[in-house]
Amino acid sequence: MGKRLAGIFWSLLFLAVPVLGVATFAIAPAYDYWLPKDVSEHGASIDSLFYFILALTGVVFVVTEVLLFWFMWKYDAAKQKGEATYIQGSHTLEVVWTIIPAATLLFLAIYQMNAWADVKMRRPAMSPTVEVVGRQFEWRLRYPGRDGTLGTADDLFLVNDLHLPIDEDVLVQLKSMDVLHSFFLPNVRIKQDAVPGMKIPVWFKAREAGEFDIVCAELCGWGHYKMKGRVTFEPRATFEAWLERKYAEQGATQPPPEAADVAAAE
Amino acid sequence: MTPPPVTATPAVEHGTVVGHAHGHAPKAGLSHFLSTYVFSKDHKVIGLQFLFSTLLWFLIGGLLALAVRWQVAWPWSDVPVIGKLFAQEGGQMSPEFYTMLFTMHASVMIFLVIIPILAGAFGNFLIPLMIGADDMAFPTLNMLSYWFMWPAFFFFGASFFVEGGAASGGWTSYPTLSTNPASSPASGMGQTMWLLGLTMVGVSSMLGSVNYMTTIILMRAPGMTMFRLPMTIWAMFITAILQAFALPVLTAAGFMQLSDRMLGTGFFSPEGNVVNNAIAGAGGGQPLLWQHLFWFYSHPAVYIMILPAMGMVSDILTVFARKPLFGYRPMVYSIAGIAGLGFIVWGHHMFMSGMNPALGITFMVSTMMIALPSAVKTFNWLGTLWGGKIQFTTSMLFALSFVSMFIIGGLSGIFMAATPVDIFIHDTYFIVAHFHYVLFAGTAMGVWAAIYFWFPKMFGRTMNEFWGKVHFFLTFIFLNGTFFTMHILGAVGFPRRLADAYHYETFHHLQPLNAFMTYCAIGMVATQVIFAANFIYSMFWGPLAGRNPWNANTLEWTAPSPPGHGNFDYQPIVHRGPYEYSVPGVEKDHLMQTDPPNAAAAAAAAAAH
Repeated sequence: MGKRLAGIFWSLLFLAVPVLGVATFAIAPAYDYWLPKDVSEHGASIDSLFYFILALTGVVFVVTEVLLFWFMWKYDAAKQKGEATYIQGSHTLEVVWTIIPAATLLFLAIYQMNAWADVKMRRPAMSPTVEVVGRQFEWRLRYPGRDGTLGTADDLFLVNDLHLPIDEDVLVQLKSMDVLHSFFLPNVRIKQDAVPGMKIPVWFKAREAGEFDIVCAELCGWGHYKMKGRVTFEPRATFEAWLERKYAEQGATQPPPEAADVAAAE
Repeated sequence: MTPPPVTATPAVEHGTVVGHAHGHAPKAGLSHFLSTYVFSKDHKVIGLQFLFSTLLWFLIGGLLALAVRWQVAWPWSDVPVIGKLFAQEGGQMSPEFYTMLFTMHASVMIFLVIIPILAGAFGNFLIPLMIGADDMAFPTLNMLSYWFMWPAFFFFGASFFVEGGAASGGWTSYPTLSTNPASSPASGMGQTMWLLGLTMVGVSSMLGSVNYMTTIILMRAPGMTMFRLPMTIWAMFITAILQAFALPVLTAAGFMQLSDRMLGTGFFSPEGNVVNNAIAGAGGGQPLLWQHLFWFYSHPAVYIMILPAMGMVSDILTVFARKPLFGYRPMVYSIAGIAGLGFIVWGHHMFMSGMNPALGITFMVSTMMIALPSAVKTFNWLGTLWGGKIQFTTSMLFALSFVSMFIIGGLSGIFMAATPVDIFIHDTYFIVAHFHYVLFAGTAMGVWAAIYFWFPKMFGRTMNEFWGKVHFFLTFIFLNGTFFTMHILGAVGFPRRLADAYHYETFHHLQPLNAFMTYCAIGMVATQVIFAANFIYSMFWGPLAGRNPWNANTLEWTAPSPPGHGNFDYQPIVHRGPYEYSVPGVEKDHLMQTDPPNAAAAAAAAAAH
């Protein structure tokens, strides 16, 4: 009897895994422990893929964990009278549980491709809206200025304070001066490493105005945690007014010390 | 490191006495002690040396993890007890120190614990015993594979005390943070020592893997065909192949990084790269080259860190379910499949790295497909339990939890394999949750299952079952408390490796969750005191086990516990596969691999009448 009780106890402990696992995911959003607000155009497709995989893996998780619990409960030696079943496998079962997951996984891979291509491969034909350069431990920004071309004398230099227009494609030219960094905009579902020696294009379209975090997501040294920027999305008119204001401020203090450094990193 | 005082079985006169050449004549003196317990060429002693060393490093790695968790939960607060040791003021840690902690936590756990405890400790101890050999093919190489770990222990251990501290570039050691000494305080001597330590671990692994392959191919007992090998041995065999083919790439890459740092070459630094106002080397290189080379080894290494545990768990499940393994051949093929595919998935670590995004699609497909053999294995484990007669021993509970936890770790991997989803969760706590479910909740639980299971063979005594179950229960609860919640952090986008993320608007509300996880982590480490006490006590005073305490089938259980030098009293002859449990018509519920076939047939015939 004591042995049977032990079997019941251990089976239930393993049943707690799917029960509490699902409960954790069900409760977390209520405490705002969940995907942060998304203001991008492409983010919805990433989020829906996340939910799709969550549902799919959730079902497999619950079914396999409950089976594990059920076998522990049912085939406890303290409960079994006779011998264990002498069976060495089943060709049919092996084929079934190979082909179904194979087809599902292949489908899953193909199903993701379009969203990936949208974010990382179908680059809009435009010149960069802004250049973002990672440097221990800040984000250096360079706007093309009035002539619309980067690398000319009228470029506008700023640090950590990124402003971008909403409702239109923006193209960020991402670079690093020193070590690896990663340009992570949680609310825009964008992440891209900045690599010394490479110019990497990053594009997206914001749907909503607001101010959000820029996080460095690749270890870049002791000050990695504080490599924080802010991105402000605003309507075109507000954005242009802000650019003008910053341009005027820069004119009053030309040349900024950063300019020489950034040019050196070309 | 003295084995417990169990009398070794004297060499038997009749029959084939294996290992007679080694002799058992008592020899006194220091040289005897050294050759028996220190510079031993006996695979069992070497296995135990690996086991003790790696368990000690496991403790160090665990304490490093606690310090990491402390900072994540309560940033900049005074660290209790040990804070005074490294404090600048009052006991709070600096961000440099935090960066070093997580780098060394991962490096220690991966290179000094998981890889050597699986291949070094269990591979060494079990391979000759389970295939019926008297020792490894190359005993001297085997001894060297252990002693090459000591320079690694030295380099990793001593690097904490050099100027600037131990390596802080992450365990992945990405350039140019790692190649330019100006990039961080610890990118000087600490980083160099880290690279040297890594190379030594590589030498040790290579010596081991050559030995394992040769031994398994050439030294199997008569009748032990490849398809009569237990899963543990199949897993060790394929792991050894992975090691042998992947490791040279890492070794070469390590030397390239050393050369970038010390000789001024530019394999990994682009031209004109300026870090912290210091120009780095000659330039002309590519930071991404390192990532390709590093992951070409380190992704197969992920399987090196789980396959042996899968093998051992498969064997333990059959013993305590009293059933044959469900789908033996599919299990072998799926291990081979994991190993084969394991060589073409490394790019999934680099989806956000700047690698050509079209290549990302290729790696997504291969990565999705590698989930398939893992799924097949899980289904076969469930099939093994179905219709069984399950005995809830401590070892079995750990093995069952391996299956339960591996399901979580396997499924969470699919999120990262999906490239668009990875854009958001890459380098967040989602990946931290994933690999801790695979490596801690998977491999470490599998290792505990194996320790409780083979302890009687190692020391001739069994571990205490009651305290074993307490150890299991608390570890199981606390590990899920610590690691399951990490998925939730990942869903918020909480990045890994930040000394303090709460100043971000997106993450400022996550501190209570992190505090909860840290309490669980403290509980988890504290629980291991029970394990340590049980282990040490049982080694000397546990109940004597006898040769085959679990009524298992494989060859090691025909040898004395612990086996003497040379392992077996007789040359074992193998008559059948390793999983003949509950064979219908046979009196006892297991047929050992050495039980003669005529006896089995006679027993079956007698039962039929």
